[in-house]
Amino acid sequence: MNDFVEAFKFIGRNGQIPGAPHLPTLVHLTLETLKIAGIGIAIATAIGLPIGLWLGHIDRGSFVAINLGNIWRALPSLAVLAIGVAFLGLGLRNVELALVVLAVPPIITNAYVAISGVERDVVDAARGMGLTGFQVLMRVELPLAVPLIFAGIRTAALFVVSTTTIAALTGYSGSLGDIINNETSYHLSGVLGAAICIAALALLVDLVLSAVQRLLTPRGLRLGGGQKPAPSLAPVTEVA
Amino acid sequence: MILAAVHPVIPNFGGGSSAFACERANRLFCPNWVSRNWGTVLWPALRQHIVLTVIAVAIGFVISMALALLAYRRGWLERPVMILTSILYTIPSLALFELLAPATGLTRATAEIALVSYTLLILFRNTLTGLREVPPEVRDAARGMGMGSTQSLLRVELPLAAPAIIAGLRIATVTVISLATVAALIDNEGLGVPILTAISNEVFKTELIVAGAMAVALALAADALLVLAQRVITPWTRVGR
Repeated sequence: MNDFVEAFKFIGRNGQIPGAPHLPTLVHLTLETLKIAGIGIAIATAIGLPIGLWLGHIDRGSFVAINLGNIWRALPSLAVLAIGVAFLGLGLRNVELALVVLAVPPIITNAYVAISGVERDVVDAARGMGLTGFQVLMRVELPLAVPLIFAGIRTAALFVVSTTTIAALTGYSGSLGDIINNETSYHLSGVLGAAICIAALALLVDLVLSAVQRLLTPRGLRLGGGQKPAPSLAPVTEVA
Repeated sequence: MILAAVHPVIPNFGGGSSAFACERANRLFCPNWVSRNWGTVLWPALRQHIVLTVIAVAIGFVISMALALLAYRRGWLERPVMILTSILYTIPSLALFELLAPATGLTRATAEIALVSYTLLILFRNTLTGLREVPPEVRDAARGMGMGSTQSLLRVELPLAAPAIIAGLRIATVTVISLATVAALIDNEGLGVPILTAISNEVFKTELIVAGAMAVALALAADALLVLAQRVITPWTRVGR
């Protein structure tokens, strides 16, 4: 228990160790972690979302979309990072590439499942009202699919935060994972303190994103007695 | 107490001092290194990885099955279990392994506790959803045939929930295989060990690529095996398609 008391003291000192030279502050490392993860999730969303929306809209490529989700699950993040290091060397480029590789599939799969799952009757009604294909996608399918689409982005974001910390093990420095990878300088209390920060950061990110998800959900869906539970077979969540 | 991975001192890597040109040059793939180190490094790591995974999924399955059956009978249990397992699921693996280490040490037990905690949400949710999706008519029919609630559960509801349960097992297994690579940080075994060793040895590429590819291949193979198992266990899902 004493270890944990020391860990909280370490957090209270903003990641400094008495008597040691100045170390990167915890606030700085946390912001760096968020920055690396943010870039990764932004690129992944920019790539994955249009593909998933389009595949869902034309209601084709279910084989690709679903199997992408299945294969993605089989990719251990440390292994992806390791293989990336072998090809690209250490650095931000390799980390971001790994993050994007790991974050794109759940975004595509969820966007596909969400859009293609919009009720046929609703889409037909919209078409009957004279909406073009693009209008149907933007005004009808997208609003109805938002909760599930965002669930995919949320999953990917958590995965990315987690993988960003793991990247420290592969020698990329600049995230909270550094502290865990450097027990020699930080001692047990520092490692535990960093672990607490990482766990808190992930829970906070999830909390914020779930609030955003609620805000993005059209009121009509919210009034409908709560969300339908995600189908048990759809790849909606994952950890790293 | 030392929390960082204990890197083996055995020179299982190439690098500058190797007698082999390919390894000195640190090329992407040196087949010779793989064949020399298969028996001493790679195969043991793979075996340990499989053992870690099987133990974690088995324990996770038993716990979630019990929780799901309880929640199936007593609905109020669902919310607290879901909240707790979701929180466990959200904590990044790197953090959870380190947080558990002071309590249970740098042992396989620590690794297993963390790995099991990641299977609970998936297995619990899928089992409960599977059971709840059994049509009420079917349950009524079972009752009408004179089955008690236990009999109906064992002979009707659980078999019908099997596809969802196995789908959960697939996700859980693959997830554990993925996370067990990170477990090498606290418990010096599994495919994470060669990866971490290669990183600390001047980023020895062959070992990184081979160990990484083995982890991916193991996950894909386990997934395929469970798909096969589902076909054998629930032959009726294929009928009438």
